[in-house]
Amino acid sequence: MTLSGPARWALRLFMVAGLTFIYVPLLLVLVNSFNGDRTFAWPPHDLTTRWWSAAWENEGARQALITSIRAGLGATVFALVLGTMVAFAVQRFAFFGRDTISLLVVLPIALPGIVTGIALDSAWRSVMGDLGIGKGLFSVVVGHATFCVVTVYNNVLARLRRTGTNLEDASADLGASPSQTFRYVTFPLIRSALLAGGLLAFALSFDEIIVTTFTAGPGVTTLPIWIFNNLFRPNQAPVVNVVAAVLIVFSVLPVWLAQRLAGPEAGASRT
Amino acid sequence: MTSLGSYLHRHPRLRLAGLLSAPLLWLVVAYLGALAVLLVSAFWTVNGFTGGVVRRFSLQNFRTLLAEEVYRAVTLRSIGVAAAVTVLCVVLAVPMAFFMAKVASARARHALVIAILTPLWASYLVKAYAWRILLANGGPIDTLLGGPGHGPGYGLPATVIVLSYLWLPYMILPIYAGLERLPDSLLEASADLGARAGRTFRAVVLPMLVPSIFAGSIFTFSLSLGDYIAVQIVGGKTQLIGNLVYANIGAANNLPFAAAIATVPVVIMVIYLFAVRRSGALEEL
Amino acid sequence: MRHNGRWRTAILAAGVLTLAACGGGADKGGGSGPGGLTVPKIDKLASLGAGEGSVNIVSWAGYVEDGTTDKAVDWVTPFEKETGCQVNNKVAATSDEMVTLMKTGEYDVVSASGDASLRLIYGGDVAPVNTSLLSSYQDVFDGLKNKVWNSVDGVAYGLPHGRGANVLMYRKDTVNPPPTSWAAVFDPNSPYKGKITAYDSPIYIADAALYLMKTKPDLGIKNPYALDDKQFEAAVSLLKEQNKAIGEYWSDYTKEVQAFKAGNSVLGTSWQVIVNLAQADKAPVDAVLPTEGATGWSDTWMISSKAKHPNCGYLWMNYIVSPKANAQVAEWFGEAPSNRLACEQTAAKDHCKTFHADDESYLDQVWYWTTPLARCVDGRTDVTCKDYAAWTQAWTTIKG
Repeated sequence: MTLSGPARWALRLFMVAGLTFIYVPLLLVLVNSFNGDRTFAWPPHDLTTRWWSAAWENEGARQALITSIRAGLGATVFALVLGTMVAFAVQRFAFFGRDTISLLVVLPIALPGIVTGIALDSAWRSVMGDLGIGKGLFSVVVGHATFCVVTVYNNVLARLRRTGTNLEDASADLGASPSQTFRYVTFPLIRSALLAGGLLAFALSFDEIIVTTFTAGPGVTTLPIWIFNNLFRPNQAPVVNVVAAVLIVFSVLPVWLAQRLAGPEAGASRT
Repeated sequence: MTSLGSYLHRHPRLRLAGLLSAPLLWLVVAYLGALAVLLVSAFWTVNGFTGGVVRRFSLQNFRTLLAEEVYRAVTLRSIGVAAAVTVLCVVLAVPMAFFMAKVASARARHALVIAILTPLWASYLVKAYAWRILLANGGPIDTLLGGPGHGPGYGLPATVIVLSYLWLPYMILPIYAGLERLPDSLLEASADLGARAGRTFRAVVLPMLVPSIFAGSIFTFSLSLGDYIAVQIVGGKTQLIGNLVYANIGAANNLPFAAAIATVPVVIMVIYLFAVRRSGALEEL
Repeated sequence: MRHNGRWRTAILAAGVLTLAACGGGADKGGGSGPGGLTVPKIDKLASLGAGEGSVNIVSWAGYVEDGTTDKAVDWVTPFEKETGCQVNNKVAATSDEMVTLMKTGEYDVVSASGDASLRLIYGGDVAPVNTSLLSSYQDVFDGLKNKVWNSVDGVAYGLPHGRGANVLMYRKDTVNPPPTSWAAVFDPNSPYKGKITAYDSPIYIADAALYLMKTKPDLGIKNPYALDDKQFEAAVSLLKEQNKAIGEYWSDYTKEVQAFKAGNSVLGTSWQVIVNLAQADKAPVDAVLPTEGATGWSDTWMISSKAKHPNCGYLWMNYIVSPKANAQVAEWFGEAPSNRLACEQTAAKDHCKTFHADDESYLDQVWYWTTPLARCVDGRTDVTCKDYAAWTQAWTTIKG
């Protein structure tokens, strides 16, 4: 579209304003991680690095980070497998109820987290509880995977629609076995879609708090839960700011890496 | 392995069953099953002292829900907040996504996508709390607007602002993806046919963006509808429907009544999903 | 409601202190409790054996610290070294969660608040304690022994841990003259309209009831946790009026300290620990125990009736209420310790004085959070009282 010069400038200005809106609160988090006041008095009257050293020594935060990564990876793996399966089924087959599949897949993320949370919680307690399986990290993974399936499903489905089946047919015609075809043709085709969907799934899981609150078992503290527990203690709240600041800085890495690996589209939710 | 693969290849129905059984077991049996149980429990009641659930059919919860004016008021307020957040996000996201997809250079585009994605990794709670500081009496926003008490303070407007802030990336991303797919040639054709930029945008771009906008709105609308934490941090004395559910399950251990309240957002979202499904929004998330 | 891990929110400590007994009736008869339930007969541990190597605990955040939150805050490691019992802790967010967790039978001890404690006792989930096996018990303040929330018919079901009152905090630079009565927060035309704060929990209805008990004697309120229809109606309408003057309801203390410091709130309920923190951060605030008295909370360590590690459980209970550990928890958590000897062990020498730990005349004015039940906890039998579910639903209408 041929945009006039002023229109381009207006859009550029808008973009700058939008980014300012997004980044000012994050900047505040960074500044407050040096704020000597335990409850973030504004403006900061003294600056300190003691929260950073306290955070560095905080065993709880480190454990919570590890728990979050484990939960996120677990949920992502389940989401990748389930999402891909559904996407293949919907794209490659015609069957009764196919049209409602996408509605079903979207539902867990479209319904408010608290609904998903209490539904899974009470179901887990009455079904799994009777089997003697209490809530733990696994119940968190199950809860997260449920609403993460959609990101993988949509990415893979879009990719399959775009690529069609010609290449696979060609592979089969040339004598490749179905597993060879999958390994050498199909998988490379959908790899970046899997990466994009997986990354979003991981991000969703990593910052999820409401469903986690209701599905976490004894002793399972993910990072958001740790933050939740610590943000409301004055001695600990500044340490939370440090952790958040570190997260923001380091989160650039996986996002950037994914972009490099998967090509320009992977960062967006859909290719 | 290979022979099994070939066998499956010759029997597509079996292959379909293989592909669908696990996901459907998960989503239909586990998830929808759990939802159904929750829905059923809305018709139960709780024994006052033991806290035990009385599993006898009763419409009492729904009668309370309908009879008390406060539940109607909170429901309407919650829908209003969710709608306002969605509109605000669309207004902010469309120009930003348009700039990213159609104006910025390929290199800048990369950086911008990263810039939009990065805040998703900063904790939701930390961001909400940062807003509490920004909005405090005599805080940065007050100072910007002329001194203590000049900003919006804590309350309903603050809730809308903060929720919009939190969910904005979820709106930008699908719109950006939608715009990126939109071929430049189409826009050029429109221009060649004599349409000005504004007209092209209204007549060509916007209609094609509708599914993407709806997709983003599923996030913004539903996340706002279910939120109960951000509103407690910046909402002053405001309560939304999520707070009511949480108060009844978390504090009072009244699962049946919480379930009855929870049916309200569920019904709203299901209606919303059916409404936007025709546009193809569900596949744009 | 209580979603910060550290402080109780929905705690309806089932303590019906002092006056409840005056009402009589509630605890009459062998083992019959409020609501006419009976206590399951469970034997207490007869003698202490060797530790089992580990102990599983359910606690409020801040009660069981092993140095992972703050290196300097660690009373678990010395216990583990001393007894060989490995501590596995689960922080519960609400009293309900505590009850649910204890029902699984996977946990040995719990730091139960009042309402949880009574439900646990009547549910048969906790066992009576053999106080002769707990040397710390003898040093517990008498004001905490054999109360309705930690004993039945003189049988102790736990070791008292700590307590505190809900005080009235105000900004010294804005609120003039300093308040002495809860009337200050219940005046809809208050000059501080829009800057008054209140605790965000249905249990706050008791604060209104307490105020009415003292100011409207004709309502006949004898216990702020036992309200019949008319009394309840009066308390709720008082709070609906108050809502017009409320700036925000608070439930976690970072929010409260920050609001008072910025000046978003200038007057409202608070905890002693919040007052101290705000003052330490140089906020111009002070607090009083108003003339009407106040509501408050009290916690008890209890042992599971299905404990797999009863010896380590006893060792833990005894340790955590021992002077040194009790002092450490009280200071970290910000509450009055239950062990009188703890007062000599606190790092801050005036901790017990600040938190009024040994000031019985102060604590006598505190009505500890109690589960409101349909069967009135003040002993009345001619009327039905509003139970906690009704309180919760009313709280929703109050907030609007």
